[in-house]
Amino acid sequence: MMMTIPANSRVLVVLPHPDDECYSLSGTLAKHIAGGGQVTYACLTLGEMGRNMGTPPFTNRVDLPRIREGELKKSVDAIGIQDLRMMGFHDKTIEFEDRKVLDGAILDLMTELKPSAVFTFYPGYSVHPDHDATGAAVVRAMGRLPESERPPLYTMAFSRNCTDEIGFPDTENDVGDFLQNKLDSIHAHRSQFPSPGELGKSKKLDRELRERFSRERFWTIREFPNA
Amino acid sequence: MAMQLIDPAIIQQRIHDLQDQDLYIHLEMTTGAYASHLDSTKHPAATFISNALIRYTTGSISEKAPHFRVGLKTEHGWVYSEGLTHYEESDSERLILAGHDTQGKLVVALQLSKEPF
Repeated sequence: MMMTIPANSRVLVVLPHPDDECYSLSGTLAKHIAGGGQVTYACLTLGEMGRNMGTPPFTNRVDLPRIREGELKKSVDAIGIQDLRMMGFHDKTIEFEDRKVLDGAILDLMTELKPSAVFTFYPGYSVHPDHDATGAAVVRAMGRLPESERPPLYTMAFSRNCTDEIGFPDTENDVGDFLQNKLDSIHAHRSQFPSPGELGKSKKLDRELRERFSRERFWTIREFPNA
Repeated sequence: MAMQLIDPAIIQQRIHDLQDQDLYIHLEMTTGAYASHLDSTKHPAATFISNALIRYTTGSISEKAPHFRVGLKTEHGWVYSEGLTHYEESDSERLILAGHDTQGKLVVALQLSKEPF
């Protein structure tokens, strides 16, 4: 099914780390914004426990959060996101965070913003414990909204063989017109990723980038246990 | 004394029982002193802190075997440990957790006690 989000509406993105937005979601967000939409990106942590310091090291454990905050803002600008919320949680601790505090912060965003769609990770199938815990918290928070006020919840998953258990993504978005935003978002996170290449260098590379990045796919979550 | 495989429900209860009080912590991780001697591509590293005083307000253990994670939220920060496999069953006063590799060697340890170790 092709993704449909009402034009001019606001969507809410809840992800734990700077850079979680770039590979699988940035095109969808840029497309929504180009159509007149608003995006709030709640980034739970600053990825301050990341290990990539560069070779030779260009940063350290103490400065890394500042570096990654800068990268996050650059990525947000590349996508056109209007509202970035840095939520102040600590990298690697989302699964251990006081649930009242965590779920409450996410629920507050939902009641404040009344988003037309929410994006996060698919809990249990997103490899990093922070990804799974963030997705689980969003599902719990959604469950506390009255059913009539629950927007569609689109999720990303990438654990090995996840399709064996949760099937294939049910929603697809063609973001071919927004590859530049997406590449700029990826390049913004210089400390984390090597460059996948730039558009306009060669026809072959352009074709490869287009094949790799033109489609973003999501699993819609419809069950909210204990809601 | 016998180290048993971690049962997360038991450890969760013990973590809960120790919260909101001053505790001595021993936190350790090591690749072993011979890591790079045995395999030159490996980076030897080890670190520990022994008998530092901490107090946590919230703490929990992940649920999925065999490698468990523990996070303890303190007033100003966090204690985090990953790769834990075993606990000391006979010690009811102290919480003694460790992660051992397939050869039985200790890789990581997280210990909490009301008295210094």
